[in-house]
Amino acid sequence: MVGELAYAFINTFLIFILTLLGALPLGLAVYFGKKSRFRPLKWFTEVYISIMRGTPLMLQVMVIYFAPALVFNFTVPGNWRFSAVIVAFIINYAAYFAEIYRGGIESIDNGQYEAAHVLGYGKAQTFVKIILPQMVKRVVPAVTNEVITLVKDTSLASAIGTVEMFTKAKQIAVSPRSPGMLTFLVAGVFYFVFNAVVAFVMKRIEKALSYYD
Amino acid sequence: MHILDIQNVRKSFGDNEVLKDISLTVDKGEVVSVIGPSGSGKSTFLRCATLLETMDSGTLQYMGETVASMEGDKIVYTKDLKKVRGYFGLVFQNFNLFPHYSVLKNITDAPISVQKRDPKEVKETALQLLGSMGLADKAGAYPCQLSGGQKQRVSIVRALAMKPEILFFDEPTSALDPELTGEVLKVIKQLTEQQMTMVIVTHEMAFAHAISDRVIFMDKGVIVEQGTPQELFEGTKQERTRQFLQNYQR
Repeated sequence: MVGELAYAFINTFLIFILTLLGALPLGLAVYFGKKSRFRPLKWFTEVYISIMRGTPLMLQVMVIYFAPALVFNFTVPGNWRFSAVIVAFIINYAAYFAEIYRGGIESIDNGQYEAAHVLGYGKAQTFVKIILPQMVKRVVPAVTNEVITLVKDTSLASAIGTVEMFTKAKQIAVSPRSPGMLTFLVAGVFYFVFNAVVAFVMKRIEKALSYYD
Repeated sequence: MHILDIQNVRKSFGDNEVLKDISLTVDKGEVVSVIGPSGSGKSTFLRCATLLETMDSGTLQYMGETVASMEGDKIVYTKDLKKVRGYFGLVFQNFNLFPHYSVLKNITDAPISVQKRDPKEVKETALQLLGSMGLADKAGAYPCQLSGGQKQRVSIVRALAMKPEILFFDEPTSALDPELTGEVLKVIKQLTEQQMTMVIVTHEMAFAHAISDRVIFMDKGVIVEQGTPQELFEGTKQERTRQFLQNYQR
């Protein structure tokens, strides 16, 4: 049983890491969309963020998974069951990250922009060299929260039958001669240990960024 | 040719007219202090001159080059502001050092990445300036490890490293306790000896008296009076100036 769960955990980890790789940068793009002076883009991002935050991730996973077939009568090639989870997770988490980034950026003193301005830095230079590094440091605690939530949210992939650890645990638990509750206990230990590792890594990142202030 | 020539500046925030037709010219090597009560518009004036605020109307020239001019009753700023920004430096009340950069990087980054100067030359200049301000051992420190007075001296070095024609100070000692104020004023005094052109907004009357070639007294958005320190501090003709200065007599 532990072996089966461990094998299914590979998918859990894949969902986790692919979501982060997609959502962390996409969140920045979403932030820029929200700050855009081009009104339609601004409105679009605002509606997008409110839908992502206002509806359950499980429902979003289902909509993304079924929409191509049911709405467009189109079969997505490849392993859509898995890809749909990744797409849904990325666009959901990007919305949260965008808001976290916004909080971080808006907390930076206006004097930083003014100093950069007087020193002749252009807009892009100011953002990349002065604002972004300070923002990253400030958002680490909030991002850590999200990342830990993400570890647990991976189990929502089971809503459409994507086989990750939680789906596997359910299958094992109802199989003949199942170890019963023990299955969920072991799965719980997996999540717990994974999150302990995540928390440890994030702590290290926080520490590495604490070379100033 | 004047280093700075700013004429007929008007600036309002909503209904509040902060600057009502202010003009100032500054020549090479001149040290001009701007004094006046809080809310008199001194800082706003400085911010207009350093392009942190756009004027509602008025004209602005650095080194004879037009930065802002009037076309009818509309103000027009030149497109090439990057070049203009190289002419002046500004020292802020709250330093505004970049906390994630070391002292050295705070000073060298803009000359290297904005002015595209030779990194080696910039670094040498920076270290030499730091040395002249008693900060030789702080090059590798981060701003959070410095005292207020040290931070302000670093921010003065940062401005000087850009090789500006004129240096503006916006209440450079107002965020410092009296003990640290002295070390910053000493550095500014040192700059007057090097013929640095400077405009200093300050509440340090004795200091303004000692180092200025010219003192400007502002109140309620206008220049009430200007002249040599002697003329202003010892023989003012204006009742308003006398009132203001009385509060500073000890």
